[in-house]
Parts: sequence; C-alpha cells; structure tokens
Amino acid sequence: MTITKGHEVPVQELDRVTIRFAGDSGDGMQLTGTQFSRTAAVFGNDISTLPDYPAEIRAPAGSIPGVSGFQISFSSSEIHTPGDAPDVLVAMNPAALRANVRDLAPGGAIIVNSDAFTPPNLAKAGYAMNPLTDDSLRSYTVFDIPVSTLNARALDGLDMTSKQMDLTKNFFALGIMFWLYGRSMETTQAWIEEKFGGRPIVAEANRRALNAGYAFGETTEIFHTTYRVAPAHLAPGTYRNITGNEATALGQLTASKLADRQLVYASYPITPASEILHQLSGWKNFGLKTFQAEDEIAAIGAALGASYGGAMGLTGTSGPGMALKAEMLGLAVMVELPLVVIDVQRAGPSTGMPTKTEQSDLLQALFGRNGDSPIPVVAPATPAECFDYAIEAWRIALRHMTPVVYLSDAFLATGSEPWRIPELDSLPDLRVPNRTDRAGFYPYERDPETLARPWAVPGTPGLEHRIGGLEKLDVLGTISYDPDNHHRMQQLRAEKIARIARDIPPLDVFGPPEGELLILGWGSTYGAIRSAVERLQDTGRKVAHAHLRHLNPFPTNTADVVRAYDRVLIPEINMGQLRMLIRSMFLVDAEGFNLVRGKPFTISEILAKAEQVLGDPARPTR
Amino acid sequence: MTDQRTPSALDAAPIKLSRKDFASDQEVRWCPGCGDYSILAQTQKVMPDFGVPKENIVFISGIGCSGRLPYYMNTYGFHSIHGRAPTIATGLKEARPELMVWVVTGDGDALSIGGNHILHSMRRNVDIRVVMFNNRIYGLTKGQASPTSEFGQKTKSTPSGSADYPIHPLVVALAAEASFVARAVDTQTEHLQGVLERAGFHRGSAFVEVLQNCNIFNDGAHRAFTERDVREDRQLVLEHGKPMLFGKNHDLGLRLNGVRPEIVRVGEDGITEADILVHDETSEDPTIHNMLARIYWPEFPVPIGVIRNVPRPTHDELVDAQVRDAIARQGPGDLAKVLRSGETWTVQ
Repeated sequence: MTITKGHEVPVQELDRVTIRFAGDSGDGMQLTGTQFSRTAAVFGNDISTLPDYPAEIRAPAGSIPGVSGFQISFSSSEIHTPGDAPDVLVAMNPAALRANVRDLAPGGAIIVNSDAFTPPNLAKAGYAMNPLTDDSLRSYTVFDIPVSTLNARALDGLDMTSKQMDLTKNFFALGIMFWLYGRSMETTQAWIEEKFGGRPIVAEANRRALNAGYAFGETTEIFHTTYRVAPAHLAPGTYRNITGNEATALGQLTASKLADRQLVYASYPITPASEILHQLSGWKNFGLKTFQAEDEIAAIGAALGASYGGAMGLTGTSGPGMALKAEMLGLAVMVELPLVVIDVQRAGPSTGMPTKTEQSDLLQALFGRNGDSPIPVVAPATPAECFDYAIEAWRIALRHMTPVVYLSDAFLATGSEPWRIPELDSLPDLRVPNRTDRAGFYPYERDPETLARPWAVPGTPGLEHRIGGLEKLDVLGTISYDPDNHHRMQQLRAEKIARIARDIPPLDVFGPPEGELLILGWGSTYGAIRSAVERLQDTGRKVAHAHLRHLNPFPTNTADVVRAYDRVLIPEINMGQLRMLIRSMFLVDAEGFNLVRGKPFTISEILAKAEQVLGDPARPTR
Repeated sequence: MTDQRTPSALDAAPIKLSRKDFASDQEVRWCPGCGDYSILAQTQKVMPDFGVPKENIVFISGIGCSGRLPYYMNTYGFHSIHGRAPTIATGLKEARPELMVWVVTGDGDALSIGGNHILHSMRRNVDIRVVMFNNRIYGLTKGQASPTSEFGQKTKSTPSGSADYPIHPLVVALAAEASFVARAVDTQTEHLQGVLERAGFHRGSAFVEVLQNCNIFNDGAHRAFTERDVREDRQLVLEHGKPMLFGKNHDLGLRLNGVRPEIVRVGEDGITEADILVHDETSEDPTIHNMLARIYWPEFPVPIGVIRNVPRPTHDELVDAQVRDAIARQGPGDLAKVLRSGETWTVQ
C-alpha cells in the first residue's frame, strides 16, 4: 500500500472496525453513516449497521436528546452484528461526545469537531469543563479538528451563507474517514451528483467538503497510522446493501409477482414502518396500489377488503397500531381470508420510545384478540432475511387462507447488511387458484390437507355468498349459534393453523445436537447470539444456537431441540415472552436473559450471560 | 392523469333480472313491524334496474340491526365489524373498481364508532353507496342513546335524559364532501325506491339517510312528519329544477330572507312562485344544500329526496389512473431491475 501524496504514514491491516458517527440530529449523521456503509459494502466488506436517532425531528440543537448516531461495523470476515463497542467515535459536538463516549472501547479513537466545543454548547451538553482540555479523555486517542473552520475555508467563494456551508461539514468528516480507511470516494461522489445534480452550488459544496476532508487527512500530521480492512469472502453472487424495511418492501413486491396477484398496501404513517409505505408507493408501475388510510383500523380494513376481492391485502404498522388492528384481525380469522400484517416492533408500552427497538409484540401478535383466534406468526432474523420472510408470510397466507403476522423490529428495519440478490427463478411459486366451479360450492368447505376454505371472490358467477364475523355453520358458512358447531369450528380453526407446521422447515441447530447449553432466540437478536455462540464453541464448550423464524406454529422438532441440552437460555428484548411460550408448551425450565433498553444486545452481554449460566451447575433442565 | 375511465359495473350491457333473483334463502329476522323490512324490500326491488349481474354486486355492513341486510341479498355480502364497513368497501374498490358496492349501516355504526371512516370514504369519493338506517337509537343492544337521539331523550342508558346534542347526518356527509347526499323514509316506499335507484346510478360516494322506525325501542321517532295525514305539510319533497314548495295545497314554500330560510305562502303578501328557492342538486356551492341538510321538523318541513348530486372523479378511478400513468411513464415494472437497484457489487 503506498500513499502517493502528503506525508508517509504506516498502514495497519485490521480484520474488523466499528465506527460510530454522532452529532446533532441536524448534522446529517444518518447520511454520513449511510455513505460510509455503502462504500464499505461496495468495496466488499461484510457490514452491519445500527442507526440510532431521536424521535424528535429537531430536538433543541446541541442538546443530549437531539443526538443522532449511526454505527457501522465492517469486516474482512463474516459478521453478524454492528459491533459491540465502537473503535472510533466521530463526535460533531459536545452532546454527541457526552452521549457516546462511554460506549467507546478503551484506547479507542475520538475525532471531534473542536469548533463546536463552545461554552454554550458545552453547557447544553452538561459539561462544566471542556473535556478536550481537562484531561478527562486521557484513556482515548483524541483528534480535535476544527472541522467547521476548515470546511468553511474549503467552500470559500461559493454563493452560500456560512450557515449553509456548515451543513456540509459532515462530508468533511466523512472525507477524513475515507482517507483514514483508504476508501474510494466514488460512491459518495456519484451520490452527490445524483442527489444535487439540479443544484450545482450545493453539489459543489458537498464535493469540496468531501475532498477537503480527504486532503486534510493526507496533509495533516496528526494521524500516525491509516487502516485497511480487506474485502470479506462472501458467497459468490451479486450483492447490494439493504435495510430491513427495504427488504420487507422488496419481498412484498416480489411475493405479489410470485403469486401473480395484485398487491394492495394499506397503511397509516407510524415509526418505524412508514418507509415501507414510501417504498411501495414508488412502484405503482408494477400494478400495485397503496393507500394511506385515515387510521390503523381503516388500513387493515382496506387490506382485508382487498383480499376479499382477490388481491393480496397487506397492512403495516408498529405496536400501537397493532393494538388498534386487533378486532379486524379477529374478523380475518373468522372469514378465513389471506392477509399479511407487518409489525415493525418498537419500544412500548403505549407510545414508548418510537425509534427504539424491542421484541415485545410477540404475545400481542399471538394472542392480542378476543376469543381463541390463532394466527401464524413469522419473524425474520436479519435485515436481508426480511425479504425471504415477506415471501414466506404470503406463502402461508395464500396456501392456508389465513391472516399472517410478520414481526420485524426497529433494529432490523433501519439496520443494514449486504444482501445477495436472489435469482427470481429460485423463489417459490406462490400461485393459488380462485374458486370458480359452482358445482358443490360451499363457502366453508375445507381442503382436506390444509383445511383452507375456497377463495370465492366477488364477480364470480354462481358463487354469491355471505361471510362475516358471526360464527359460521361448518361447510355451509351460514350463521350458526349451535353449541357443538361452535366447538367444532374452534377446533378446525386451531387445527388449520397447527397443520402449517407440516409445511415449514425444521428448526435448524448451529452447533452440537445436544450438550451443555442451547441459546434459543427469535428476530433481531440473531447476530449477537450467533457471534457469542461461535466464540463459546471456539473455547470448546458444547453450546448450540437455534433461531426461530416461525413462532406460530413452531417447527415440529422444536420440542426435541429444546429438550436436548442441559440448559436453555432465551435472550429477548422483552420481559420474557418467548420464554413463557417455550416453558408452557414444552415444560422446559428455560431461563431468560431480558434487557429492555431500546437497543440490541451486544455480543459480550450474551457471552457473559452464557458463561454465567454455564458456570452455574444448579439448574439442569433434564 | 389519463382520462381513460375505469370500467364500472354500470358500463356493461344491462342484463334482465327480477326482484326474486336478489332474495337469498335466509329467513329474515328483524322484529315484526321493523322499518328494515321495507328498506330490504325496496332495495331488492330496485336492484334489477341497474342491469348489473348479481355476482358483480357486493353489500357490506357493520354491526347493528342494519348489519343483517347482506344476509338477505343474494349477491356477494360481507357482514363486518362495528363501524368499519366503509374501510372494507374502500379496499375492495381499490382491488376491484368494477364492482358495484353498497355499504349498509346505522346511525350508531356510521356516526359513532365508524364516524371517522364515513368522513374519509366520503371525502375521497370512493365509489360506494352508503345507506344509513337512522332510527335514532341503538336497537340491537336494546335501547341506548345513539348519536342521533334527541337531546334530553330518555333511553336505557340515559334515564335522566341524554345530555348529548344530536348530530345531523346529512350535514356531516356534506362536510365530508360526499358527491351524492339524499334522504328518504322507510314507509314511503316509492320515494325510497327512487332515491336508492338514483344512488345506485351515481358514481362516487353516495350517502343516503333512510329515516327508519324502530318500533321496539324508539317507536314513532319520525312519526310527527311521516304519518300519512301530515306528510304533505311537514315534508319538503325535493326535485331538481323545481321550486321548493310543499303543503297539501302545494302553496307553502321556502325562500331566503337574507341568509336565513323562511316559510312563506304563495299568494299571500304578494309572494309568487318566483320568490321560492329552486332546488339545484348539482350546484357546486353547497350553501343551500347545507341549509336543506340542517332544517328539520318542527321549525321547518323535513326535506326528503336528493339534496346534492355533483360529478367528481372517484377515488377508484384516480388510483387506477395513477397505476396506468406509472406504467405509461416508466413502463411495466421490471422486478429483476428493482432488486438490483442502488449500488451493487459482484463476488466471484
């Protein structure tokens, strides 16, 4: 590796680096992080990202609640999480420093915009003394750079106010980071062209800021080392970087293509699910329709109405909206129509912490309705998997004529990773027929294998019939208050969902088929659990990881898997919802690990808990 | 926007059906003497007039006595949940704009629990015909005050009299920009048929209030102006282009005094027919329509008939046109291309 310009600095090869960009919510930190992520992904690193931003669009400038962060981990080997502790913190103001410095690994590097460390900003962040000068950061390597001043100098002569110029300082910082990690600026330069092509002065300002940051790295002598992280050895294929919400939207679009039916997405704006509506609204040329409803109930009502008409009715929301949709979901159970409900979970109860992640809607999805009303539930484990499980949700809904809940969460939705783009012909055929034959038609006659009822859509001659929320007479589908019939219908509805277990893959176990400890997870805890288990296995422990993607019904081998280990540990970002299910269904003394802080587990937290469980011989499960 | 219209059930060549074709095999189970029987009968009677095959007609209801109507129609039917029928109808029309969709609802269903959905389906001009049975009481739950119950009315839930002011359903419909607003009475069967037929032929959101008698829990709620012998003096039968005259001798009329309506007698004080307001249901300006939606017995005669009927592109057409436009502009969606959008890289 040679540095062609500026001073000569040694290059150090690293396997993995984690950077956190932090600043005021108006400082463009999400954009900065996204640009660095794309660049690392295109370069061929494995990456994993974690945006962390406040719910307020613009909290008071310079305040701690207004701090917005974006963490990216990039690596030359396969990684599963956005990294525990950042190696580098880029802090654009005192509040960003104060809110993030405690997460930094000891000996980590801090790059700050020293221009922002003014007495008022220090006061807003709650600093009595300037941390850049009071020696409180002595355990870190601090690079204080007057980013605003240097950036303004680089933009000198452009027809902009100094305030407008300062809005580009994030790209100056990005330029420094690109230099420090030996990255090409091409991806970001192309993005600037695409984004600001119509506004030449803004485009020029961002270009200059980026270049000036890079040049600053080259010419300044404050950095004594630069770093390189080689490309990872990913499976062959074409990749793109993708967030969970993007993958969810693409999966839905793809499912509609695979089923050869129109998708109708009805939704009400809610964090962190709104991007799905934005994405799908842009794909009208696929014939799909999107509908921003007046409320959450109308959204699911419209989705169910669309499914009644033979389309793929889809709605998406987060926890509070899920609560409002409960009654209509019950109706969908009763009328047995396909429907998919996306719940991008966030921290609750009530409004909770809208931009923060949690896994606390599992029991709501399973049981949050009046009456016994079984609904299949699927949950992707990674951002890229959101694509596969959008398709899986529809496969189940269409084949088994049932509403399905798809549980994503804020971490999956906004986090990103490289995604190997699938070949369309490798995806399942989701087509199912409408009922058209009038001979022997009964609205609640069931397929002998799946127990699904026929999908007889309005417009089909001879199949005129009435459905609704009142109990149905078995087969005929007319209203019935007969006690035995109600009991039979309850059993049929339960059996119909239970039989889906025959139609899903077994629970896969990573590690020994029996042993000391099984760590069982679901949803976005996948990465942290898998990394922790890999490390435990490296030390020779008989520890396995199983991750449920189907939460109702469970895969048929679930009982065998959870009973094959001395101990079962279930980490969840909730108070123990899956644990309650596993304990009650399989009579296994599963232990919980529950941290509900609105953020993902770190690998070391899982590792420490697992080591504690392994070191405690008191509670064997068998 | 392309100007190509979305095909409607009404565009197809009419087919011949009879009232019998629209009666299902289900036993009708409303209380004997209920006004709902008449509304069902008139609905079945007018259905053949549209010439639409019954498989292309869908009745969607909410909860309440009115909610049962779809079971008695031999069309497609969906008895949904309380207040939410307009949402299901909206989604159905997004997916299947060509269907003729009716929403059957009541005063509690439409204006209380489902108020929000009525507002928004009307303002979007979804191509649905909403028939709201207004008996000014909760009947199916056995007699609690509804949003149209009178102020001070004693019901099971308001033994000291209702402290809530009633809502004017048609004022709400107009405020929500319904493109067709009408009122009819359950017992005035021919008039009711006429109104339902006009609603059926309308394209866009039609809101029809049917004054319906609940003979068990609110008997006689509309009697003061619907009894045969007082009707002519106490109802104003609206006809487009005709002066707003009423009364046994057809000599009472409505005119404006400043911004207020007043009742005058033609032939007295030099008043001629030329002084009387002429009904224009197609007026874009809703001022007079609002006045007609608001005036009520005993201060004024109760207007019945079509109050407002204006053409507006329907939600279904607009949404459909956006899809057609997107295809025309961008070409049909290429999934493989969308999957590969953004920066991609290849690992060998």
